[in-house]
Amino acid sequence: MKKSLFFFILLATTKLCIAQDFDLLDEPELETTDYATATFKTNRVVNGHSIETVAKNEFDFKISHRFGFLSGGPYDMFGLDQATMRIGGDYGITDNLNVGLGRSTVDKTYDGFVKYKFLKQSTGLKTMPLTATWISHMGITTLKWPQPNRDNYFSSRLHYTHQLLIARKFTEGLSIQLSPTLVHKNIVDSTKFKNDILSLGLGVRQKLTSRTTLNLEYYYVLPNQLEEDKTNVLSVGFDIETGGHVFQLFFTNSSGPFEKAFITDTKAKWLDGDIRFGFNIARVFNF
Amino acid sequence: MNKIIILFAAIVTLGFMAFTNHSGGVYKTNTGNINFFSHTAVEDITADNHKVKTAFDAETGKLQFSVLIKDFEFPKALMQEHFNENYMESTTYPKSTFTGTIDKMSAVNLAKDGTYKSPITGKLTMKDVTKDVSTMATFVVKGGIVNAKATFTVNPTDYHIVIPKTVAAKISNEIKVSVDADYTHAH
Repeated sequence: MKKSLFFFILLATTKLCIAQDFDLLDEPELETTDYATATFKTNRVVNGHSIETVAKNEFDFKISHRFGFLSGGPYDMFGLDQATMRIGGDYGITDNLNVGLGRSTVDKTYDGFVKYKFLKQSTGLKTMPLTATWISHMGITTLKWPQPNRDNYFSSRLHYTHQLLIARKFTEGLSIQLSPTLVHKNIVDSTKFKNDILSLGLGVRQKLTSRTTLNLEYYYVLPNQLEEDKTNVLSVGFDIETGGHVFQLFFTNSSGPFEKAFITDTKAKWLDGDIRFGFNIARVFNF
Repeated sequence: MNKIIILFAAIVTLGFMAFTNHSGGVYKTNTGNINFFSHTAVEDITADNHKVKTAFDAETGKLQFSVLIKDFEFPKALMQEHFNENYMESTTYPKSTFTGTIDKMSAVNLAKDGTYKSPITGKLTMKDVTKDVSTMATFVVKGGIVNAKATFTVNPTDYHIVIPKTVAAKISNEIKVSVDADYTHAH
């Protein structure tokens, strides 16, 4: 009896020793907020903006090209003989507040925007299911007046786009973005057409490897707002990240590298083979 | 009956003694620092983690580290994103750990201010790969705080960290890891 009890004491004490020795860091984890990062590889889905912003004091230099139609065949080198381009950049005033400027060959347009990320998807201490970014663009067309003898106003050169970008990173690989968008044109060809055009953008990105993604982007323009020959823009592309650069290679039916152009001026149809190859090259510089 | 009570008391006291009789006890911190530094002719890359959890047992010399990969801070935001997304895959492998021993614990007098040295050996786990690591650590005891410093090198390929050829010139295959932690007596 005594022996067995002694043995029990011994066992109990050794067990306590081991238990204490086993994990020195054994204590409840402090709960922290875990923010979703890299919902998209870069701040464009394809043509349009993604919810991503460049970090404070960083400048994201962007060169975008959209070529001619693939249906142009070998004579046009499948569209490579023609190109529209935009050169510009995004700058981070803070991690969430960005401004950008650009110049496009399409209608000799200068564009500028202010972009602010006001919600960040997170889990843990603070839970937020979505990331949301607001972006307001302004564009100035600088083409010579088609009818110089008329009274032409500077305000006629202006157009604006406002977008609410809402995205969720569902899994490590899959992110989806919805982009309710309002385009305002100060001047339209006829009173039959609207100055304010409402549309809804959809962006999907699926990671293929840690450095490449497949992106899909579609803007649905609500009916009875645009000329009948206009169509919705659909784009499919790949993001390839190489460390310093992000290359976005894509196919799209729009030649416009800024919002008003690709949402409201697209005429080419995928089903007619009027598809263009295009790319964006992004390079981030730090200050 | 009396006997049983005495025995019960003996069990409790002995148990309690076993729990506390580690003369030195456990020393801990949740704000240790780990820095890593990669040097190549093209680029130097450095990152800091100031939220390292670590503890050692002053009697047995058992030493532990637990590091959240997401807590490494880089001077460039994009580098930090690539570190987590492409190299460490921190969503899949959120933590790195080290479990080992301070081999000459007896040479470190925690009761007396001074500088002591001891070899450290143990196992480092990153991305589910465990490798042996050994180094020399310096302990500076001052006013009850034990500062420990050590450096060692790791080779990324040992831990299945894939570096594409296009950036291979920018990332060293000998990454210097520096550890610096101020431990205080926990219990």
